Amino acid sequence: MTDTTLTLDRNTSQPILIRERKSGQHWLWLLLAGAYLALPAIGNEYWLNAIVVPFLILSLAGIGLNILTGYAGQTSLGSGGFMAVGAFATYAFLLHLQLTFPVALFLGGVIAALVGFLFGLPSAKIKGFYLMVTSLAAQFFLEWLFLKVPWFYNYSSSATISAPRLDAFGINLSNSLGKYYLVLTVVAVLTWVAVNLVRSQTGRNWMAVRDMDTAAAVAGIRINHSKILAFAISSFYLGVAGALWTFAYLGSAGVQSFGLSRSFQILFIIIIGGLGSISGCFIGAAFISLLPLALDVIAQTLFAGRVDAGLLQNIQKAIFGALIIWFLIKEPDGMARLISNWRSRLSIWPLRF
Amino acid sequence: MSRRSFASRILHGAVFATLSLGMVAGAAVSTASAAEQYVPLPTYRVGPYASSGALWWAGTIDYFRYINEVEGGIDGVKINFEEFETEWSPDRTVEVYERVKSGKNGSPLAFFFTHGTPATYALIEKAVADKIPLIDPAGGRTESIDGTVFPYAFPLLFSYYSQASTGINYIAQKEDGLDKLKGKKIVTVYHDSAYGRATQPAVELLAEKYGFENIQIPVADPGNEQSPQWRRVRELKPDWIFLRTWGVSTVVAIKTAQRFGFPADRIIGDVWAGSESDVIPAGDAAKGYQALAPYPGGTGFEIHDRLKKHIIDAGKSDLRDTKYFGAVNYNIGLVNAVLAVEALRAGYKKFGARPLNGEEGRWAFEHLAVDDARLKEIGFHGLLQPLNITPYDHEGGGAARIQQWDGEKWVLQTDWIKADHDLLRPLIEAKSAAYAKEHGITPRNPKTEE
Repeated sequence: MTDTTLTLDRNTSQPILIRERKSGQHWLWLLLAGAYLALPAIGNEYWLNAIVVPFLILSLAGIGLNILTGYAGQTSLGSGGFMAVGAFATYAFLLHLQLTFPVALFLGGVIAALVGFLFGLPSAKIKGFYLMVTSLAAQFFLEWLFLKVPWFYNYSSSATISAPRLDAFGINLSNSLGKYYLVLTVVAVLTWVAVNLVRSQTGRNWMAVRDMDTAAAVAGIRINHSKILAFAISSFYLGVAGALWTFAYLGSAGVQSFGLSRSFQILFIIIIGGLGSISGCFIGAAFISLLPLALDVIAQTLFAGRVDAGLLQNIQKAIFGALIIWFLIKEPDGMARLISNWRSRLSIWPLRF
Repeated sequence: MSRRSFASRILHGAVFATLSLGMVAGAAVSTASAAEQYVPLPTYRVGPYASSGALWWAGTIDYFRYINEVEGGIDGVKINFEEFETEWSPDRTVEVYERVKSGKNGSPLAFFFTHGTPATYALIEKAVADKIPLIDPAGGRTESIDGTVFPYAFPLLFSYYSQASTGINYIAQKEDGLDKLKGKKIVTVYHDSAYGRATQPAVELLAEKYGFENIQIPVADPGNEQSPQWRRVRELKPDWIFLRTWGVSTVVAIKTAQRFGFPADRIIGDVWAGSESDVIPAGDAAKGYQALAPYPGGTGFEIHDRLKKHIIDAGKSDLRDTKYFGAVNYNIGLVNAVLAVEALRAGYKKFGARPLNGEEGRWAFEHLAVDDARLKEIGFHGLLQPLNITPYDHEGGGAARIQQWDGEKWVLQTDWIKADHDLLRPLIEAKSAAYAKEHGITPRNPKTEE
């Protein structure tokens, strides 16, 4: 089968990546306007707090890991740990320096970036699976650290942290609408930054390193510099996502919320959504976080009381797993690629040849 | 090509079959009348804790069914319970909470069972804003016993501090007096998590007061390998061990203790290390092992006769295998259900027999009082301790019995052993005051509310 995405009005003098730079943009603005204005008006508190907010935060975490894995080609299983760094660092800034939340959030992200920088150093020497193992070590070390040192959770008996207050420059954000706007704004800004970042020289360098680091080195790209930068920026995103997860979604969390299963969840988001695709992070996060809920709600309304509850749950899990396998067989490059394929096919439909 | 179309045909077929089946079934859904109290249950029948969760929820559901079908509801108000699977994950529990918090079919939400300390922590502030009591018996945030700072958190029955104190009091009983504790070595082997550490401040305080040596040995999650810990125990030669593990780490601890020659009858397990699933896999090693039991095991209580007759033998039980009838986890479910039922009963007496909302639910739980006479009436004498919950004290009980595993079943050794509340109260108040300060909460004064 011919790959229509490549043959379609291709201008060889123009890089493929920015081919559609302008075409989709007004849709994005519309989407953003809808998210800011329409969604709070039509969605109730349950929708905003329990569905949209976690979806947005997971998307942000997905962008973080995608920068590292999808763009720079460095494998990592430490996402949960870096999220924890962001959460605990933000907490420390809120508690001890009494900073306003956005500033604390930013600084928390910076601390996470520094930690990511440190754990990114081995990437200069090792690659692939070996690097994944060092990131696993980072995950376990960070989990242990935040449980072992009581200063991080302000000596509370339960080793959990909760937001002392949630405000931005005097505006109280602790109601559900405030949290929603906070998360939406942070995610929108950071997504915009990420999109521009991966199109910039830095992003090009990452992709060159990912595709073949020897060739990249020959072309004059500083490989180690690029890799470690990817670790730092990726950790910044993950750290911000971790802090939002704790303070804007759960309200209170311990290190258990950022365990290895969280790392896997984020890895699945980018694999299902599409490695090396920003929109894929959103699609993957939607798939991972919304589909189980949708299945649950469908099952609850249709079968509750008639089918054994445990069996129903296991059937849901089986359906979820089957869907993942089906999607990945259908399109190993993830759902973002699947959708763009559909789109380009539709654009020449029905005169395919 | 043919392979793909075959796969998609199967998939489409499956989707259509599911949908059409669902629509037929959906049409048959009967709507509950408004005179039912809505009670959502965040269950965990799948996931790592399913083996205890399935029994736990069976106990709760069986008791609700008994109330609905045999007693005709609570003062005529039936309980409309609905299950939501959470896999014991706080994220999923938060989602369920948001989904159900405005009630269903005209019934507001009077309270929410969190059934897990992490979920309670995650919800503790939301619940205050939404005015919905969080019920987490023998768990939750210890300092939330102080209802003046935590009006909507109810860690009923038996807090982590009480666990420590009751454990030490039992050891004192065995040693013939609290004064004999001086110079004794008591080792706590704990699961290295928020749960495992929760008793530490209380044990520290008790060690200071009674002069025993307090040694804490952590076991990292999940605790499949504990040789280093028990080698250290062998070197220390403690007089008693307080075992505060959870799940697989309990079984491994009991087995490893035997391997290192530490007698099982010198080990006292805490609430969450004292069910059948903790001792049966350990085999002979568990013989003689003792555990704190705010929820004793067995079918020797009056309520079990009633349930056997009306629910189990009538085939209405939620248990898939009725051999688990009377298991510790099943009894936990029963006790939690009766706490809810008795609280609702108190609320209906005050507000009238209609579904209560969260604020009324809080009043109901804060005026939940169950004495021995009442326990005999409802058939829970011996299974549930006498309780008296007040706006100041959201625990209300703070006692446990001790049960010992004889190789086949749990045998109760003692009556209710109370924790030393006077000693623990300042510790709780200091923690709750710190929380109030951190979050800018002015403690309420319940006297001015009535």
